[in-house]
Amino acid sequence: MSQQYTLIVDQKASPVELIGSSSGVELTIDTFEAALGWTVKPEGFCRGEVCIPAGEAVADGTVDLAAYATLTARPMIVNVAERAISLGTAAADRSDELSSLDAPDFTLPDLDGKLHSLSDYRGKKILLAAYASW
Amino acid sequence: MALDKNADDVRPWIEAAGPTHPSLIDTKHLVADLYNMVNVPTILWIDEDGRIVRPNDVAYGNNQWQEMHGFDAEVHKRALRTWVHGTAPAPFTSERARQLQQLPNAEHQEARAEFALGQWLWEQGRMEAAEAHFVRAGELAPQDFTIRRGSMPMRDIDPMGEEFFAMVGAWAEAGNEYYHPLPEA
Repeated sequence: MSQQYTLIVDQKASPVELIGSSSGVELTIDTFEAALGWTVKPEGFCRGEVCIPAGEAVADGTVDLAAYATLTARPMIVNVAERAISLGTAAADRSDELSSLDAPDFTLPDLDGKLHSLSDYRGKKILLAAYASW
Repeated sequence: MALDKNADDVRPWIEAAGPTHPSLIDTKHLVADLYNMVNVPTILWIDEDGRIVRPNDVAYGNNQWQEMHGFDAEVHKRALRTWVHGTAPAPFTSERARQLQQLPNAEHQEARAEFALGQWLWEQGRMEAAEAHFVRAGELAPQDFTIRRGSMPMRDIDPMGEEFFAMVGAWAEAGNEYYHPLPEA
């Protein structure tokens, strides 16, 4: 039995198919890899140079997303009624990056929709100022 | 960089200001998350090598509301000019800059994940469902006003109205600060 859910991760929402048991949040490995940008290898969950042993989070070609989230210390919010899951970033990832004092890169649009990356401005001094209409 | 839910909300201000610098729209609070911002205005300085030399601080662009918040915009502007023109080095050693950073904990990241779900539900027009997530986000990170105030426009609450002032009043009465300027220049 499968259900269509929406997975919100990295500021993007995409449809994912949940498979298998009624109580778990299980995805096929393909769905998991496409949605998260992590790959599943014999070493475990891998991204770039880093691999984390998957243990029981991977079995029979499926990924238990909740188990993955626990292993990677990523917050995962599930709303069954709305068929939506939000997967956030681990605090340690944010803290490590900020502690390095390397300004995290990002890409955002201006009013005309043109994209700007922080790294576009490398070589200049930057004042990053956040404000809001609220 | 505007932490606004859509470009239209902030368009009048950007057009009125006519800035010569890039003015970006961060509808999903990506940068607030990356840099662990908890309120606006938040400023930080990044040098030519992409290094944070002044971590999250509070500075306004002018003194229009100085009576309300107490910050003198000229202090930051002076410091900024001397740094930009090269007549002053970076304000802090790397070690001190690191110490001055506020780093997020697991609850705060959970709050951000709740906020993201709330925002997506709001975008789908599912207001009631969104509300539960915005409320939960505020409980998990009560110090984060990019969440507690930033969600108000999506909850049909006036971010300049009574409920906002009651929220800040309760926060202050409990001994908390609404703004977190750096303790030193």
